[in-house]
Formats: sequence, structure tokens, C-alpha cells
Amino acid sequence: MTRDRSPLGLVGADAEAAFEITFDGRTLSALPGQSVAAALWAAGVLAWRTTRVGGRPRGAFCAIGQCYDCLATINGRPNRRACLVPARPGDAITTQEGDGHAGLTV
Amino acid sequence: MPDSPSEEGHATSYDLAVIGAGAAGLAGAVAADRLGLRVALLDSSGEVGGQFYRHPAPALGAVRPEALHHDWKAFAGLRRGLADSGVLHLAGHHVWTVAQDGELWAAHAVTGADGDGERPVCVRARTVLFATGASERHLPFPGWTLPGVVGAGGAQAMLKSGLALPGRRIVVAGSGPLLPAVAVSLAAAGARVPAVVEASGYLGYARSPAALAANPRKLAEAAAYGTALLRHRIPLRTRSAVTEVHGRDRVEGVTVCRVDRDWRPLPHTADRIACDALAVGHGLVPQIELATGIGCATRRTRDGAHALVLDAFQETSVRGLWAAGETGGVGGAPLARVEGELAGIAVAARVRGREALVRGSHARALRRRRDRMRAFATAMARAHAPGPGWTAWLDDATDVCRCEEVTAGTVREAVRDYGARDARSVKLLTRAGMGWCQGRICGAAVACLASPTGQEGGGQPALPPSPERRPLAVPVTLAALAALPPPNDRSHPSGHTPQKGPS
Amino acid sequence: MPTRSSSDLIVVGAGVVGAACAHYAARRGLDITVVDRGPVAGGTTGAGEGNLLVSDKEPGPELRLALLSGRLWRELSDVLPARVEYEAKGGLVVASGETGLTALRAFAHRQARAGVTAEEVAGERLHDLEPHLAPGLAGGYHYPQDAQVQPALAAAHLLRAAGTRVRLRLGEEVVGVLTRTDGTVRGVRTPAGELHAPHVVNAAGTWGGAFARVAGVALPVQPRRGFVLVTEPLPRVVRRKVYAADYVADVASGSAALQTSPVVEGTPAGPVLIGASRERVGFDRTLSTEVLRRLAQGAARLFPVLARVRVLRTYAGFRPYLPDHLPAVGADPRAPGLLHACGHEGAGIGLAPATGAVIAALVAGDEPPLDAADMHAFRPERFHGTP
Repeated sequence: MTRDRSPLGLVGADAEAAFEITFDGRTLSALPGQSVAAALWAAGVLAWRTTRVGGRPRGAFCAIGQCYDCLATINGRPNRRACLVPARPGDAITTQEGDGHAGLTV
Repeated sequence: MPDSPSEEGHATSYDLAVIGAGAAGLAGAVAADRLGLRVALLDSSGEVGGQFYRHPAPALGAVRPEALHHDWKAFAGLRRGLADSGVLHLAGHHVWTVAQDGELWAAHAVTGADGDGERPVCVRARTVLFATGASERHLPFPGWTLPGVVGAGGAQAMLKSGLALPGRRIVVAGSGPLLPAVAVSLAAAGARVPAVVEASGYLGYARSPAALAANPRKLAEAAAYGTALLRHRIPLRTRSAVTEVHGRDRVEGVTVCRVDRDWRPLPHTADRIACDALAVGHGLVPQIELATGIGCATRRTRDGAHALVLDAFQETSVRGLWAAGETGGVGGAPLARVEGELAGIAVAARVRGREALVRGSHARALRRRRDRMRAFATAMARAHAPGPGWTAWLDDATDVCRCEEVTAGTVREAVRDYGARDARSVKLLTRAGMGWCQGRICGAAVACLASPTGQEGGGQPALPPSPERRPLAVPVTLAALAALPPPNDRSHPSGHTPQKGPS
Repeated sequence: MPTRSSSDLIVVGAGVVGAACAHYAARRGLDITVVDRGPVAGGTTGAGEGNLLVSDKEPGPELRLALLSGRLWRELSDVLPARVEYEAKGGLVVASGETGLTALRAFAHRQARAGVTAEEVAGERLHDLEPHLAPGLAGGYHYPQDAQVQPALAAAHLLRAAGTRVRLRLGEEVVGVLTRTDGTVRGVRTPAGELHAPHVVNAAGTWGGAFARVAGVALPVQPRRGFVLVTEPLPRVVRRKVYAADYVADVASGSAALQTSPVVEGTPAGPVLIGASRERVGFDRTLSTEVLRRLAQGAARLFPVLARVRVLRTYAGFRPYLPDHLPAVGADPRAPGLLHACGHEGAGIGLAPATGAVIAALVAGDEPPLDAADMHAFRPERFHGTP
């Protein structure tokens, strides 16, 4: 319960240089090997999608690729499972609205 | 260990395709390889280990990955075994179906971190070992869709592999032996855990004294977690449940109620705990849709889930298809290792025609260990079986289906007024279970609400009578489906059959 | 006076056809018991796409049944709640080459003489109707009378709208048909007991042949399997039901071998539905990767934008197939009191209201809303004596 406890400290992670990603234009720091969801959690971001029907905020729930609640638009491609996709330097994550395919509407 | 199919080419076939590189799959692949089989090991993740042995990606440079595991040595052994083997490890392969292909089985996969790759892959093998593990059972309650409510196993997974936490004050709730482990991990990583809330009473284990006595290691493990909870000053509240989550756009607190033996909340026991996250799960359920998709028989487990029916040597009801680990009933990593190894030996005995392999003293010892640990797993399932009273947590406005945002009220209306009687008919009438997750999260809950007997609880079965069919285990793009190999079988016409126009 | 176990009419089958029979019989003031071994829409209705089509039908008795049904569906759309997702969205049949277009044109002209509205659309105008259609198609026909409904909800709401005159007995299998000494039908038996009525309707769909055997008569209904692919939720990317001209030939074919032709449509709920395959392989639900491959290829050829869209689900349904592709609708002279309303193959959703209206009229002792020649074409005993 000490203040300096942290996930990285616990496993003695000696991470390579952190890199930058953006979330809705805001620059965040991510670690190599972290999933997009882990990077967002580490930055205190818990929601990166709004639902189709109610417009409610959602983020990672099951965190193992089963629930699809963590769907994110990553570099313009919608409906990526953020809990599975590794964060890469320069990734642009944007809050996904609804089905994420508004551009296809006829 | 080859890791690219190009070394062999997918045109050739394997003796064994193992699906899942967790404890069971690793043990099975390595055992079969040692007995001279050509083995392909397909796994969706980039790293071996499955959910239990999830660990930080190498780039995170963790020098003490074992700090989040109590069984790391066993995994290190399996990983070494794989590295020294000739097993073809296909990481990042999401198997979406297993189909019969003449004399062989075809495991169809999509590739990439989340299966978003363009190119479909088909691995053909004479036998298949399903080592697809388990996923967490989730039951809905008001507020469970708020950001900050996460699966207990999910919180553990994100910590193990991504070294991230969903909050700073995290209540851990639900049911099952995973909860104390999750709480201790979260606390060790720096989170405050104001409470572990367990809906069952641990007295349930006392109903299986023989299974307890035969598995002293499990008791020692439980005692260790008890001690660790004390060390981190985490209170354990048994026979209690989180019945509501508060907050507008994220978790601000939870209501905890005492519950009766059926998990029905007791009046005037509500107590509010401030927190910024909730890690919740109600045990694990076997992940068996690939196996049931090809017709493998299932059985009900003591906690109302469905597991594959397996014979003494881990073969399913379909000849040539084996299973090990959680797919045969949730039992933990040590059991999965034993079953995986036994299955690997049994497959080798079949493929090589060496029946003596399964009669040898090693196989006999594995069977004894498996049976002993299976007895404990059954006791555990019984002790944490969801009580039918959990539906009393729901109000009609609670979303049951997270994907399609279908409320409990809508599901109840479909049953009461429109002739739905099971999860499928509820789905057709309400869309519950029709979204991205295809009912993986809400299926058990919807089936309870739909069951004409289960609705009011009262000692009736709380969980569904048959597993749902999901022919696609993961979403697949049309492009990947369109690029599937045409049938090889000469008796089957390839391409389009000749058609007359509408003239 | 109907009692708990007696009514004017017993409908066996709570799919859309059974629901329509009950609905129209209730409108005539009859008391109906609907019995099904499963839930509402648990069989082929629940596996259907909800097509209400005239475009795929040759002139003849089935087309006339479809045209009547189309009118009844429009009327029902005012009676039933919007939740049944009735959409008068029209169909678009496209031909990739000139040969196909010529054949389609001839077909459409014959249909037009039979009362179908069919408007030719030049190749370069197809994108006005469907902006995402592949380029280079030769042309097509627009069928404004084609429509769609969500089949399970339609069945449930047809029953619900019938009010208290309809009693539902779900999860109850009919195991016997009760007859008098003269052979006339007087009810059915289920494990829960006897249900009495002077009329029993076989609306058991693909299992209609099995129920006919229970009633002591032969009706050669066979399952003709079809797979549907369901995509991730999308905005409206396909406005109408769009299909390739080959589909009509597949529907009309009697071959047992696998046939596929792309049929693509959006739904109000978001997912795009992709069909259609036909094969006679019994009640085998095993996934066929070959069917998936062909359906995906066909759909992506029509709508290239779908190639990167994900399929979340696929399921098999079993169309109730009769050898001459016509349903069995009417009274069965071999067992007085027994009527049949099954064997609609892939068109049961579309043909349900007219079928229900016919059955209700017959039970009430009125003239059915079809002419005698068509009733003759649908007579259930027409296969009698054929192997």
C-alpha cells in the first residue's frame, strides 16, 4: 500500500523508451508492448467509444478480446479491439461513435 | 521451434493441430512432439501462455514477471520445452472454425493482433487438440456498463500483460477462487482494494471433504491468499454482492448487499463503498465454441456451465478431436498441464498406432493426478455456483446485452408477452446477444431470464440448458472468407455450379 | 363454447405462417390454440431474412399468392407496431452482362403482364439507386413492391395483435391427432393432454411432413438448407434488397446440389444480411466453409465496400421444400378437418398473410381469397401416390 508501488515496479520492468500516441488529438505516453487499451488505462482514460443506441461511453470490459466493448478507431480503421492491438509509436486513437462507419452511409 | 508456416508450407498436413497455447496446449504440443508427431500450435496471442500465464511483452523488459504468478516455474519449463521442440508455433492466429476436410481436420484462422489480417490461413491435421481455455462468466447488475467496471480476470490480464490498472481504489467482486488472487495482484501493483466481495460462502467447500483432503496444495494456496489479503489489509466479505454501481460517466462507488444462499439480496443490508473501479467476475466458463461447432458433446458442470464430454484419455465424443484443460471443466493450470500432456500422449498413441503409450506407467500416473485434481475442480464449481437469486439484482432498466443495449425489462417482456422461451428466441425478438460479442457476455444471463423455470429462481437451474452455437468463433472479414481455399475434394464441384439465367 | 382445452381451431406451429393463420382466424371471431414444441419463431421463421418478394417469382399461382400477400403486409404494417421493422424498400435485381440482362428483361416483361411493377434501370443509373454497387454492371430491374420485415417479431406481433382469442401453448409437442370413428379430425394430443377443435392446421413448416405423418397423411416436405451471413452493424449502405439475376434460377431449380447466388440487404438494426445458398442435405447444421466462401465472394463482387466488413455470425435455416416449389395450402380431403399451410420453401414470410387469410376463410366456411385454379395448384393431396 506504499505510495511508490506500481505495476512497473512490481515486475521490475525496465521499459525501452516510452513513445507517444494520441487520443482524440491529446498526446499520451505508451510503453512498448502495451496494448492500446493498457496505454489508455495507464493514462487514466477508461472510455474511448460511445454506443450505437444510447451514446453511452465504453472502454475495456473483459480485456481479453471476448466482449468487443473496447472497440476503438485506430488510425482511421474502426472497430479494432483495443485490448488486443499493440500500441505503436504515432498511433492516433479516436473516440469511436456508434458503428464507426458513418462515412459509408448512403 | 519454427514459427512460420513457410518453412513447411500449409499444403502439407500435420499429425496434430493444437488450438491454444496456454498451459494445456503447450503441454500437449510438447508431449506430442517428443513422441515424434508433426505438431502445429495455433494461438491468437502474440505470446504463449494463454490467460493464466499472461506476462508483459518482451519489450517491457520485466525482470520479475513471476511477481504476478505463483506458478511461473512450471510455465518457464513449458516454454523451454516449446523452444526446444519442432512444434510449429503460429502466434496471432485466431481460429474461427474447425471443419472436416476429407480425412483431415481443417483449422481456419485469421491473423493479426485482433484478427484483422487480410489473409486467411488453413492448417490441416489428422487430429486436433482443443486447448481453448476459459473465459469469465459475467452477470449483469445496475451500472455494470459504466467505464471503470471491468472483468476481474480482465483487470488481472491487463495488469499481467500491460502493467496497467483501471483505477486507484478498486473493489473486487463476484464469485470464485480468482477474486483473492486478483485483489492481491492489484494491491501489490499499488491499488487500494477496499473490499473483496464474494457472493458464496467458503463453507461450500466443506461439502467435499474428500476432494479437499486429496488436494492439500489447493488449501495451502488458499491459505496463502488469505494471508496476503491480511497483509494488504483487504477485507473479505463473503455472502455479499455488488448490486449496483454508482457514477455518471465512470465509477464513483458501489452498493454492497448481503445475500442469502441463493444470492438474493437481503433487505436493509446495503452499504456503499467509494471506489473508482470495480473488478467483477463470477467464475470462469469453458470456452468451447470451436468444439461444439463441429459436434463435440457437452455436459453440464456443477456450476451450470457447459464443458466437453471427454473420455479417460481426453478424447471428445468426435473421434480424432481431443481436448484438455478448462474446455473439459474449469480446473486451473496444474490440471491443464496434466491433461495436455495426457492428451498429447494419447494422440501420439493413436497416430503412431502405439497403444502401449497410453498403458504405460507415466500415462497411468497422469490419469491419477488428473482425477484427483478434477475432484477438487468439481468441489470448487459446486462451492461457487451462481445462485438463482442473482436476477433480483436487476431492475428493468439494466442493460443485459451490452452490445445491443437490451434491457432486462425488454427481455422479460419478450418472455412474458411474445412467446420467447430460450436465449435464441429472446435474441430474435430483442436482439440481445446479436451484437459484436454474439452473446458471449450476456448469453448465460439472457438464458436465465428466458427460461420459463429459471426466471423466478427457487432452486431451478439458473443457467442455460444447452450451449449456444456460434459457428464463427471470431469475426471474419468478407475478404478473408472470399479468399478461402476452394474444396480439394474432386467429388465436390469447385466454383459455381452451372446455372440457367432467369430465361 | 370453447373451454381451456377446446377451441375452434388448433394451429400446429408458431412460426410466421401459423401466426398468420391464427391472426386472420381471430379476426373472423374464431378461438384458436397455437401449439408449438418450441418458442414462437423457433424454426425456419427465426432463420429467415424476412423477404416479402414478388421479384423472384415466375407468373403463376405462387406469384398471385405473393401479390395478395404484399397487399396484406402493407395493411398489416398499419396494424402491427413499428418494431416489426416493415420496410417497403423495394428490390433491385442486377445483371453483370448483356446476356443476363436480356434474360432478366424477358422475365420482367412476363411478370409485368401478371401485375408486377418492374422498372428497368440502365447500368449507368444503378448507382443512383445503390451508390455502393460495383461498377460495370450491365443493368437491372427495380421492383418497388418488394419489401422486408423482421420475421420473428412479425410472428410474435401477429399473434399478439390477435388478442385474447389466441391461446399459446409453447414447449408442447403434438404427438397425436385425435379422430372420430369416421376419420374426421377432432383435436390433437400433447404430453400435457388432449386439445379439442374441429379444425387442425398443419403450419409446421419444414417439419410439416413429419406432422402430416402424425395425422396419418403423406406430404413430402423436405429441408432445403440455406446459410445467411450477418455482418457487423453498419449504417445504411444497402438501401434495397439487391441480388444477382442468377438467384431466380436457383430458387426455381430442384437440384439437391449446392447453389449460391448473392443476395444482399441492409436491416434497420444495422447488420447487412447476405444469402443465399440452397442445398438439400437433410437437417445438417454443420458449417460449410464452401458456402461461406461463395456467399462472401458474391456479396463482395456486388458491393466491394463490404470486403473489409466483418461477418459476425452465420446460421443455417431449413426451407420447407415441396417438389413442385409450391406450398400446400388448403383442406386435406384425406383427413376431414385437417388443413395444411406449409411448404412455402424460402418464401414463407412473404406468403404468410395470404396463406393465413385463405386458411381462416376455409375454416370459417367462406370462399378463400384466391381463385379455384390457384387453390387447386396448392391442394395438399397433389403428391398422393407419387413416390
